[in-house]
Amino acid sequence: MSTFVLLTITGLGLGALYFLIASGLSLIYGLMGVLNFAHGAFLTVGAYAMWFTESKLTGVAVLPRFLIGSLVALLVGGAFAALVELVLIRPLYRRHIEQVLVTVGLGLATTALVVSIWGNDARPVPAPAWLGETTTVLGAHIPNDRWLLIAAALVVLGGLNAFLRRTRYGLIIRAGVENRAMVTALGIDVRRAFTLVFAIGGVAAALAGVLSNVYFSTVDPARGTSLLIFAFIVVVIGGLGSLRGTAAAAVVVGLVQQYANYYASTGLGDLSVVLLLGLVLLARPRGLSGSFA
Amino acid sequence: MRRILVPVASLVLLALVPKLAVDIPYVFGGGLNTPGTLQLLALCLVFGGLAMTYDLLFGFTGLLSFGHALYFAVGVYIVAIAITKWHWGFWAAIAFTALIGLLLPVVLGAVSLRVGGIAFAMVTLAFAQAGSILVLKNPHGWTGGEEGLGVDYTKLPEGLVGIFNTKHLYWIALVYAACVFAIVRWAVASSPGHVWQAIRENELRVEVLGLRPYAYKLMSFVLASFLATAGGVVYVLLLGGATPEVTTANFTLTLLVMVVIGGTGTRWGALLGGVLYTWADQRLGDASSSHFVSSLPPVLSTPLQQPLFVLGVLFILVVFFVPGGLVRIGRVRRPRTLQRLQEAMQQ
Repeated sequence: MSTFVLLTITGLGLGALYFLIASGLSLIYGLMGVLNFAHGAFLTVGAYAMWFTESKLTGVAVLPRFLIGSLVALLVGGAFAALVELVLIRPLYRRHIEQVLVTVGLGLATTALVVSIWGNDARPVPAPAWLGETTTVLGAHIPNDRWLLIAAALVVLGGLNAFLRRTRYGLIIRAGVENRAMVTALGIDVRRAFTLVFAIGGVAAALAGVLSNVYFSTVDPARGTSLLIFAFIVVVIGGLGSLRGTAAAAVVVGLVQQYANYYASTGLGDLSVVLLLGLVLLARPRGLSGSFA
Repeated sequence: MRRILVPVASLVLLALVPKLAVDIPYVFGGGLNTPGTLQLLALCLVFGGLAMTYDLLFGFTGLLSFGHALYFAVGVYIVAIAITKWHWGFWAAIAFTALIGLLLPVVLGAVSLRVGGIAFAMVTLAFAQAGSILVLKNPHGWTGGEEGLGVDYTKLPEGLVGIFNTKHLYWIALVYAACVFAIVRWAVASSPGHVWQAIRENELRVEVLGLRPYAYKLMSFVLASFLATAGGVVYVLLLGGATPEVTTANFTLTLLVMVVIGGTGTRWGALLGGVLYTWADQRLGDASSSHFVSSLPPVLSTPLQQPLFVLGVLFILVVFFVPGGLVRIGRVRRPRTLQRLQEAMQQ
């Protein structure tokens, strides 16, 4: 029983990480039709921004250091993503394949740049001691960072939902996902929403970078790419462009991965997630929630 | 006449390379007939051929696959496993690999082609990722996991072993690239080839004309995958072992980069892109230790040491400023492939 609880909470934590990456991917695809291969690079940039800031603040106590590092990471991630949209994506407006290709190139180049500056090795990231301790729930010793992951994902989910439902820009984005041509015809400049969606995606990905630093307690350049693949799987299973579908799919993927890795054998979890994607797509080519261009 | 003459002349010239004791400074590290240069050239030819097989899918049929690495990896790993772990003879291993290289794409292609556009890209990515995970999981100790797997050289024909015989491997790679070139040319010009290009342009119209796009797409998929498997076999002979990098999604992405840099759906584009990419990938690593690069300020010299950074930036520049790829330099119009593919994916 206690193992099952531990696996469930850890699976939810992992799902939370996937959700943070996938939510931005899903919004960007829904609004702009761009499958963003540079999203893993946003995560890497955020994760390294946090590590770099923390390594410069050696005289500061652990908690403020951690918070400042995280804040810098979110700002850098958002700014980087907005810059990418303005400089690289916008000039190729209406040329989707080229936009995708540019993000592929950017993803490869950014990772290589990080490797050239800080090397391939994983580096330790200091975090408050509380996150390394465990809490006992139903007899299971749950590492506290799992709670942080889940809470962060819930906050982002709630915040994004509120933003999309209750603000003017949220309305424009939702309308744009549904029918971009119509929004433009009504005289609204959708392109500003594009930059905004990229910035939001960048902040969420950078948050995922910060939390993955906590989860793995190190930072390394390859993680962005490997998490991105699972985020793609989550986005596609959830139905591109749908936030709720993405959240549900992230939970399913995280849990399936954890259960299969433990109860079957190591590595089988990843394999079953991949097979799950194949099955879902073949049964319902539009993903679970079905809003997919 | 020129259509035959140029390829044949280049083939003859390339076949003579191991006999030439010419030194091309900067381009290669040693004389043309040295084993190091021949190995590099052979690698360029293998990837040139592989890029052509990817272009058959992407450039000529309009299928954006993110799982092409899987079929290359089948060639690399099955030969290595059959020879080293199962102790099979060389020819038995090749025959078995050819069989798998034909059956696997038939099955997986039949399944993944039920969906199109982004969904197809994702299903192929999923299958390839499954292959990659399997290789890393190292079942029965067959694949060697992250370490990779060397080929037991005592089972190989004598002419393929040892540095002195690099020229034989070079010729094999040349034959591979030439065969792929000829087969792709012939296939694209054949009547199914015309249907492939029609599918790329407008799949609905093909259907309305009474043809089944599914069967034609499957044909293209199986041919491209089988040729990629053959490339994997040449690759594993050339390098003497298998490494898990060839199974990754990033490997497929580099194929996409090669094809786009060279020019999609063209006669020479993919071959040129594959050769240039591989050459740059190998040589930029050496160049970074040269005096010129190390004399630059660290802001410039550090990123230049990562070939993938340079290639990624070059790729973005090509997409921006030479949308048709290097072979279309000087032409203004955007290639139809990308236009059509984009429209197909928006539907």
